[in-house]
Amino acid sequence: MLRGFEAAHGLTLKRQFIAAERRAHLHALFLILPLLLFVLVTFAAPVVLLLTRAVYDPSIAGTLPRTVAALQDWDGRDVPPEKAFAALVEDFRTVSERNTQAFIGKRLNYEIPGARSKVIASVRKSQAIAAPPYKEQLIAADKMWGDRLIWAKIKQSGEPFTSYYLLRSLDLERDVDGKIGPVAASQAIYLAVLWRTFYISALVTLITLLLAYPVALMLAHAPPQTANILLIFILVPFWTSLLVRTTAWFVLLQDNGPINDALKFLQFTDEPLKLIFSRFGTLTAMVYIQLPFTLLPIYSVMKGISPSYMRAARSLGGGPLYSFFRIYLPLTMPGIGAGCLLTFILCLGYYITPALVGGAGDQMVSGIIALALNQENNWGKASALSTILLLATLSLFFVYNRLIGIDKVKLG
Amino acid sequence: MLRPPPYATPIERALFYLGWLFTGLVLLFLIAPILAIVPLSFNAEPYFSYPMPGLSLQWYRDFFGNERWTGALLLSVKLAVTVTVFATILGTLAALGLSRTNLPFRSILLGILLLPMIVPVIIVAVADFMAFAHFNLIGTFLGLVLAHMALATPFVVITVTSTLTSFDWSLQKAAQSLGARPFFAFRRVILPLILPGIVSGAIFAFVTSFDEVVVALFLASAEQRTLPKQMFSGIREMISPTITAAATIQVLFSVCLLVGAELLRRRSERLRGLSHG
Repeated sequence: MLRGFEAAHGLTLKRQFIAAERRAHLHALFLILPLLLFVLVTFAAPVVLLLTRAVYDPSIAGTLPRTVAALQDWDGRDVPPEKAFAALVEDFRTVSERNTQAFIGKRLNYEIPGARSKVIASVRKSQAIAAPPYKEQLIAADKMWGDRLIWAKIKQSGEPFTSYYLLRSLDLERDVDGKIGPVAASQAIYLAVLWRTFYISALVTLITLLLAYPVALMLAHAPPQTANILLIFILVPFWTSLLVRTTAWFVLLQDNGPINDALKFLQFTDEPLKLIFSRFGTLTAMVYIQLPFTLLPIYSVMKGISPSYMRAARSLGGGPLYSFFRIYLPLTMPGIGAGCLLTFILCLGYYITPALVGGAGDQMVSGIIALALNQENNWGKASALSTILLLATLSLFFVYNRLIGIDKVKLG
Repeated sequence: MLRPPPYATPIERALFYLGWLFTGLVLLFLIAPILAIVPLSFNAEPYFSYPMPGLSLQWYRDFFGNERWTGALLLSVKLAVTVTVFATILGTLAALGLSRTNLPFRSILLGILLLPMIVPVIIVAVADFMAFAHFNLIGTFLGLVLAHMALATPFVVITVTSTLTSFDWSLQKAAQSLGARPFFAFRRVILPLILPGIVSGAIFAFVTSFDEVVVALFLASAEQRTLPKQMFSGIREMISPTITAAATIQVLFSVCLLVGAELLRRRSERLRGLSHG
């Protein structure tokens, strides 16, 4: 009887506990939900939408549907049969009515440089073609149609889901037979940009580490009052807007700016050095901006290391260098990892600084993405490059989260 | 220690003083560009060089007398204040929810909420540019607010979350056991204690929006000039020393915010009994 009572109440208690726990979780989710929805709508969904543009481009499938259908069973070995030409002439009629020839011309121009004007002219000329044979008349309008290349490209780009933009971001393309190979050397620019982005980011990370480590070391072992005052020198730039800091370097690096003035005054040089719009300017400004990001995590790790370790190492007979490299440096590794990874991740996305103080040869992926949109209006290219940049950032972010934990980012 | 440790060898002593020399140079490198630009904003001549032939307030007169700059300043402040209010509310609520550490998928949720801070801002700008076009939000104040909020909320979430990790939840239980309803306990017990964290999150949100330029370049219309956007085009198109005046004003502003955030941090540590400073 008593046992039954206990069992019944124990069970209720357990059930009540589970119910209370579930209520608390629901309550917590309810608090998180507004921000989660907000981030999904204003950030996650747009980014996913952007990424789809890297692999989805229905412009040819939508404007030349009959031609794409007629090319389905074409083996691609020779110029396609008459029915493809007939389909194209008919498609061109619709294109002309809807005035979408510039659209097709632009898309095919990505594949075959110079195709734009030929396509637009062909659309106009094909309006006069009323009866078969379409093949001869279309080739007469432009001999480009007598070459299987343009047909292969229409067939390839007729697929709404395309690998074209991603391949091009890696300086690859499909040839006339659909095989993947490198693009012509004159068009191969993106691998160089990607490589440059990684190279500049790595170099900036390394330089900030070399500058930050000794400073963090001295500050971490200085009396707290002194360290707090000296930290102001790091926190003021850290809190100053990135654009203002870039502006400062923009002014300092001018041909007749303060640095060149000083160099001339000290008689190091007669001619002003080319500091602005150069790799040197880009690196200097980026190191300047990122230095606090590398320094602060190292500093905070060093603050947590008890001085007794070093004393113990020394009293046990370790020399200064030996003790430093075997005891102190390994203890500071978490700080080095956190600072360097953060700086590297942030460097990958730099846009404003290279745009303002860098030259044409110093633009990084972000700058090329902006260029693809602002000047070429090429959404596919911008999306494909964004995809690559995002993948690189996210995989590093994943590593960072695993090693350090994102919520431990030091905010000054 | 400004003196080397007593057991240091002569070489260590030398390294120690070299270390301070190096530190001094690096700190100079950090502060000099900001300090160098301030006097140039008082230059009587439109050059970026020293020595200055004379002093003048003309670039400040240009800044405050030119509708382009004052309009930009006004828009930026309006934008940043709006973003701060909403980002702080959303971020604080989420941080309160995330403070329940045994919540399922907590780390994934946190990761998603903090993602906008890590993803390169050009990607956010381009993605929002594309998505917002569908809703006619390009060139609108609302569009800028939404995009800036996405960038700013992670900072609120981080600061409030870190304040809450050291929060003593038994205080809430005590309040409720004494008869306080949950919302009353929140308003009178929890909120005052985590307020410093919320305010420093709000400062971060404000700064994020106030300094943001890439999203503004993509989403704002030609007439919508925020201060950073105006500075950006000021540098790119017509290099006028007014940018040094604008920069100086912003430096002053950030120093004020830094001092505010630092005071709050100290206060919050004191409230949580972490230090007696």
